[in-house]
Amino acid sequence: MSGYILRRILLTIPVLFGVSLIIFVIIRLLPGDPAVAIAGVHASQEYIEQVRQDMQLDEALHIQYGTFMSNLLRGDLGRSTFSRRPVTVELGERFPRTVELTVIALFIASVLGISAGVIAAVKRYSIFDNASMLFSLFGVAAPVFWLALMLQLLFSVHLGWLPAAGRGTWMHYILPSVTLGAASTGLIARITRSSMIEVLKQDYINTARAKGVMEKSVIYHHALKNALIPVVTILGLQFGILLGGAVLTETVFAWPGIGRLLVDSLLARDYPVVQGAVLLLASVFVFINLFVDILYAFLDPRISYSQESE
Amino acid sequence: MEQLSEASLQQGIKQREKGESEYRLVWKHLSRNRTAVLGMIVIASFILLAVFAPLLATHDPISTDLGNALQGPSSDHYFGTDELGRDLFSRMLFGARISLNIGLISVGIGLLFGIPLGALSGYYAGKLDLVIQRIIDIMIAFPGILLAIVVVTVLGVGVQNVMIATGIASIPIYARLVRGSVLSVKKQGYITAAKAGGMRDSRIVFFHILPNCIGPIIVQSTFQVATAILWAAGLGFLGLGAQPPTPEWGAILSRGRGYMRVAAYLTTIPGVAIFLMVLGFNLVGDGLRDALDPRSRNY
Repeated sequence: MSGYILRRILLTIPVLFGVSLIIFVIIRLLPGDPAVAIAGVHASQEYIEQVRQDMQLDEALHIQYGTFMSNLLRGDLGRSTFSRRPVTVELGERFPRTVELTVIALFIASVLGISAGVIAAVKRYSIFDNASMLFSLFGVAAPVFWLALMLQLLFSVHLGWLPAAGRGTWMHYILPSVTLGAASTGLIARITRSSMIEVLKQDYINTARAKGVMEKSVIYHHALKNALIPVVTILGLQFGILLGGAVLTETVFAWPGIGRLLVDSLLARDYPVVQGAVLLLASVFVFINLFVDILYAFLDPRISYSQESE
Repeated sequence: MEQLSEASLQQGIKQREKGESEYRLVWKHLSRNRTAVLGMIVIASFILLAVFAPLLATHDPISTDLGNALQGPSSDHYFGTDELGRDLFSRMLFGARISLNIGLISVGIGLLFGIPLGALSGYYAGKLDLVIQRIIDIMIAFPGILLAIVVVTVLGVGVQNVMIATGIASIPIYARLVRGSVLSVKKQGYITAAKAGGMRDSRIVFFHILPNCIGPIIVQSTFQVATAILWAAGLGFLGLGAQPPTPEWGAILSRGRGYMRVAAYLTTIPGVAIFLMVLGFNLVGDGLRDALDPRSRNY
C-alpha cells in the first residue's frame, strides 16, 4: 500500500506543474498587452512598465515562466489591479470564508443525504423512498443560483425569517449553506441508497440476520459501514466541487468568499486576482483528490493497486 | 460469472428467435420506464418549442417597448414582460433554442476530442497513456464550472464561447470513460483474433472496440447535455456567458434578479424552464443506464 500512496503523491507533482502552466498561459493568451492586463487598463504608464520589467515580459517565454514560478514558490502572486494589495492577502482573507461555507454545506448534505439514503434503501419502494428520491432529483436538476433566489424570496422577502445576504450572525449561514449543499444532498442520498441496497444483498448480512442479530444492528453496524465506502469518495469529491460551486452561491448571497472574489475580479478584469483564485481552487482540489484516494485505499483494502500498475 | 454468461447466452438465443435486435430491446425497456418516458416527453416538448419558436413567438424577443415594462402575465403577454418591455414568453422560446444548442454542441465537442483521447490512451497504453492521463488529470484539477470559467476568461464572453468552454470542460469526462471501456474490451478474445488476423489498429479501434463502448458513452452524453445546460446558465447568470440582448435563460434570470419584489415571474419562469430541461435529460439518462445494463432488464 505504501508504494501505491507514494506513487499517488508523486503523480500530483506533474498535475500541479500543469495547473501552474495553465495559469501562466491564461494571461499571455488574453488579447492585447499582458503588461496592461496585469497592471490594469487604468494603470499609469510607469506602473505598466514596472510590471513589464518585474515579470520580464520582454524576455523569452521560458524565462518568463521561470520568473513566474520563482515568484509563485515565494508566495508572490502579484498585486490586485483594483485594490493594489498583494493577491495573497486578498485570497487569505476570502478563502477561509468559502471553506467555512463549504464545510457547513457538506455537513448538512451528508447528514441529510446519508439518512435519507439509508431509510430509502431499508424501506425500499415506500412513500419515503419515492419522496426522497424525488427530492434528490430536484436537488440535482435545480440550478443552484435559481434555488438561491427562490429561498431568498421565500425566507427573506416574504417571511422575513432569515437575512437575504451578507455574513454576520449564524442566521446568515443558513440559506447559503443549504443552497450550496442541495445538489450534494441529492447525490449523496442516491449513492447511499444504491450502495446500501447492494450491501444488504450480501451473504454476510444474511448470516448476521440468521445469527439473530437485531435488525437495527444489522443495518447500522454490519451494512452501513461497508455501504459508506463509495459515499466517502463522493464526499471528498463533493467538497472540491462545492468549492467551485461556491462561485454561484456566493454571488447570490453576497458572501465574501473566494468564489465571489473570482467573479468580481473577472468582470473587473483584475487578472492577477483571477490567476491567484483559480490557482488556489485548483490546487486545493488536487490535494483533496489525493487525500480521498489515499483514504479510499485504507477503507477498502481490496482496491487493486494493479489498477495503477496496469 | 459462468451463470451470468449462460443466462445472457440463453437470452441472446431467445432474442434471435424473436428477431429482436439489441436496439429494439433497449427501446422496449426504456419505453416501459415511466420516469424515462416522462423525461423524453419533456425533452421532446422543448425541442418542438425550440424548432417552432419563430412561429409560436407572439412578439419579437429582442425589440423593447418601455411603455409596457414589467407587465405581469396577461393574454397579450403570456409570461409578462421584462424591465425593457420585452415579451418573456417569446424570449423563453428562443432561449430554449440557445440552451439546447449549447447542450448538444458542447457534448459534440466533448465527444470529438474525448473519444479519440480516451481510445488512444486505453488502446496503446504505455508512455502515450501516461502523457494523456496527466493532461486529463490537469483538466480535472479545475472542479465543475471552474474549467469553463477559465476557458471563458481566455476566449471572452458570448454564446459561442460558452459552447466551446463547456465542451472543453467535458473532454476529460469522456476521455476517462472511453479509456476505461477500451481497457476492458481490448482484452477480449475477438480483439486478439482481429490482431492476429493482421487487422490495422485504427480499424480494430473504430469497428471492433468503440462500438462496444457505445452504451456508457450514450448514457454519459445524456447527463452531460444536462450539465452543459446548467453550466451555461450559470455562466449567463454570472454575466460571463451570453450577453444582452441574447435571450439566454441564465442571463434572463440574472437580469430578473433586480425586480424580484415586483416581478418574481422574471426569475421563477426561466428557473423552472432550466430545471425542467435538466430534469428531462437526467431522467432519460437514468432510464438509458438501466435499459443498457442487461442485468437490470427483466425478461
